[in-house]
Amino acid sequence: MPEETLSKKDQTEDTLIEQECAEEEWEVVYERPFTLLDTHMHYCPGCAHSLMHKLIMEVVQELDIQEKTVGVAPVGCSVFAYDYMDIDMQEAAHGRATAVATGIRKILPDRYVFTYQGDGDLAAIGTAETIHTINRGENILIVFINNGVYGMTSGQMAPTTLIGMKTTTSPYGRDPKGMSHGHPLKIANLIAQLPGAFYVTRCAVNTVSNVRKTKKALLNAFKYQQMDKGTCFIEIIGNCPSNWKMTPLQTNKFIADEMLKEYPLGDIKLPSKEELKDLEAEEGVV
Amino acid sequence: MENSEVRLMKGNEALAEAAIQAKCDAYFGYPITPQSEVLEYFSLEVPKRGGMVVLQAESEVAAINMIYGAAGAGGRVLTTSSSPGISLMQEGISYIASAELPCLLVNVNRGGPGLGTIQPSQGDYFQATKGGGHGDYHLIVLAPASVQEMADHVFLGFELADKYRNPVMILSDGAIGQMMEKVRFNQPEVKRIPKPWATTGKNHYKDRNIITSLHIQPEKMEAVNIHLQEKYTEICKNEVRFEEIQTEDAEYLLVAYGLSARISHKTLELAREKGLKVGLLRPITLYPFPYERLNKLADKVKGILTVELNAGQMIEDVKLAVEGKTKVAHYGRMGGIIPGPDEILENLESIMKGK
Repeated sequence: MPEETLSKKDQTEDTLIEQECAEEEWEVVYERPFTLLDTHMHYCPGCAHSLMHKLIMEVVQELDIQEKTVGVAPVGCSVFAYDYMDIDMQEAAHGRATAVATGIRKILPDRYVFTYQGDGDLAAIGTAETIHTINRGENILIVFINNGVYGMTSGQMAPTTLIGMKTTTSPYGRDPKGMSHGHPLKIANLIAQLPGAFYVTRCAVNTVSNVRKTKKALLNAFKYQQMDKGTCFIEIIGNCPSNWKMTPLQTNKFIADEMLKEYPLGDIKLPSKEELKDLEAEEGVV
Repeated sequence: MENSEVRLMKGNEALAEAAIQAKCDAYFGYPITPQSEVLEYFSLEVPKRGGMVVLQAESEVAAINMIYGAAGAGGRVLTTSSSPGISLMQEGISYIASAELPCLLVNVNRGGPGLGTIQPSQGDYFQATKGGGHGDYHLIVLAPASVQEMADHVFLGFELADKYRNPVMILSDGAIGQMMEKVRFNQPEVKRIPKPWATTGKNHYKDRNIITSLHIQPEKMEAVNIHLQEKYTEICKNEVRFEEIQTEDAEYLLVAYGLSARISHKTLELAREKGLKVGLLRPITLYPFPYERLNKLADKVKGILTVELNAGQMIEDVKLAVEGKTKVAHYGRMGGIIPGPDEILENLESIMKGK
C-alpha cells in the first residue's frame, strides 16, 4: 500500500513499532519478497502453490532479474499466478504454456522465461508441447506441480494419480487396467531422456529441508537458463489438502509415505561439471 | 533483390518473401498442403538473410500458441496453414482475439469438410469471417485474388493487426497459393508502432503487463466484450475494401472474392462480348464486409449472383446487404472443383431468363 494512503492511526502504530524495534535492536530475519504482491491468495490452506509462488519470487528477487523475467501461467488452480507474482506474465491456453514460453523466448532471447504448470496441464493435455519444447531444448524453465489430482475442477483423476487413489472420476480407486485408467505418468523421467533437457530434478515442499532443496534447485535452474544449454525442468510433489480430503499436516505425511514412493525425490538429469565450469567460475553455482 | 524488379513466384512464396520484407520477427508453422512452400521458403531464405525466427512447430496447436506468446512479447509474427490446420488453431485464435494480440494468420483454403482434398476451396468463409472459435470475436479478413495481393496483403495485414491490436487473417486458397504470377515488391517503408502493453519485463517506469483472456468476474468479462465490439465497429467504419469492375451500367452483378473473382472477371468479359451488362463487385476485406456499397448497388441492378467455391456462404452477407431489394442467387462448386467462366455465364444467363 502506498504510504500516503495509510491512515493516521496506521502511521502512529507504525511509528510506535519502529521506535520499539529501534529500542530493542530488532533485526529483520525474514520478509515477503518484494516480487510477491502483498495480497490475499485464493489457494486453500496448506496448498503447495502459495509456497511455490513465494520460492520462485524469492529467487527472482535474489538474482535481481525482476525486470528480465516473464512467466507463463497455466490453466488449473494456479491460473491466477499472475495475480500474485509481480512480474510480466502471460496466461496460456490449457496445456500450451511451453509453446507460449517458446514464443516469448524467441522474441526476447535475453529474458528469463518460465512456465508454471500442473499435472493436468503439463502431463495430460499438454504432453505434446512439453515433450517437443524440451526436445528442441528451449532455454526456459518448466516448473511442474504434481499433486496427482485435477485441483481447479475439484478433484478428478490426473495422469499422475497414484494407483488405488480415490478421486471424483476414480471413486473406487485408480485402476490401471480394469477401468483403463492407465498408470501414474512419470513425465520427469520420460523427458530426462531427451537431449534437449539440461537439468531435471524432483523436489517437494512437505518438510523444511525439502523446501530449502527446492529453492536451491530453482536458483540453479534460473541461472542455467542464460547458458543456452537447454530446458530446465523442476517437478514439485505438491500438497492438495482439499482434494485429498486431508488436513495440511496429513498431506505432508501422505507425500512422505505415499507420493514419494511413486515419485522419488532427487536429481534425474544433472548438467556435467564440464558444462557448468564457466557458470561456477562466475557465480558459484552449487 | 531490387524491389522494383518483377519476379515470377508462387503465391505462397510471394507471401513469405513479403513477410521477410515487412520485417516479420518470427514465423511458427506446421507443414500442410497446399501451403508448405511458405515454411520451405523461410527455411531456405532466412538462414542466409537473418533477421527473423523460423520454427517448425510440432503441430498447428503448438504453432498458434507460440504465436500467442511471441505476439504477447511484442513481436511481429506470422503463421500459415490450410483448412484442417486452421481448425486446430481455433482455440488459440479465440484466446489471441480476446487478449488483443496483433498477428497475421494465413489460411490457404482447401476442400473440406474433414481431411477433404488438397484442391482450392472457399469453404472456410464462415469460419474466417464469423469468428471461427468460441466466443464473440472477429478477425480482420483479407482475400487476395492474385499473387501480387498475396504479397501486398502481408504488409497491409501486419499494419492493420498493429493498428487495432487484432489478429488479421489472409483467406487465400489452394490456387492463389500455388499458381505462379509476376509480382513486384515495391512496398512503402515498413511501419512499426510501439507496443507498451507487451510482456517484455516489468520495470520501474511502468506497471507490469499481463496478457490474458481470463476475466472470471462477469462484469469485467462483459466490459472486455463491449470493448471488443466497439473496436469491431471502428474497424467496420474504417477498413472496408473492395474492387468494382464495370458496375456503372451493370444490370446484373456478380459478387465474388479471391479465385472466384478472377474467374468471374472472365465471365464478365464473356458476358460483355455478348452485350450483357454485367458488373463485378470483389470484396477485398471479407470482414469488414462491404455491406453499404452492395446495398447501394442493389438499388440499380436486376439481380445478383454470388460465385463461391462452396455451397453458398458469402451469399448470406450479400443477402443481408441488399435487404431484399433484388434477387440474390448463388453459384458454386465444391470439394476442390473450380468452375469455368462459361459455366458461370450459363448460370447467370439462366437467372436472367428467370429460370
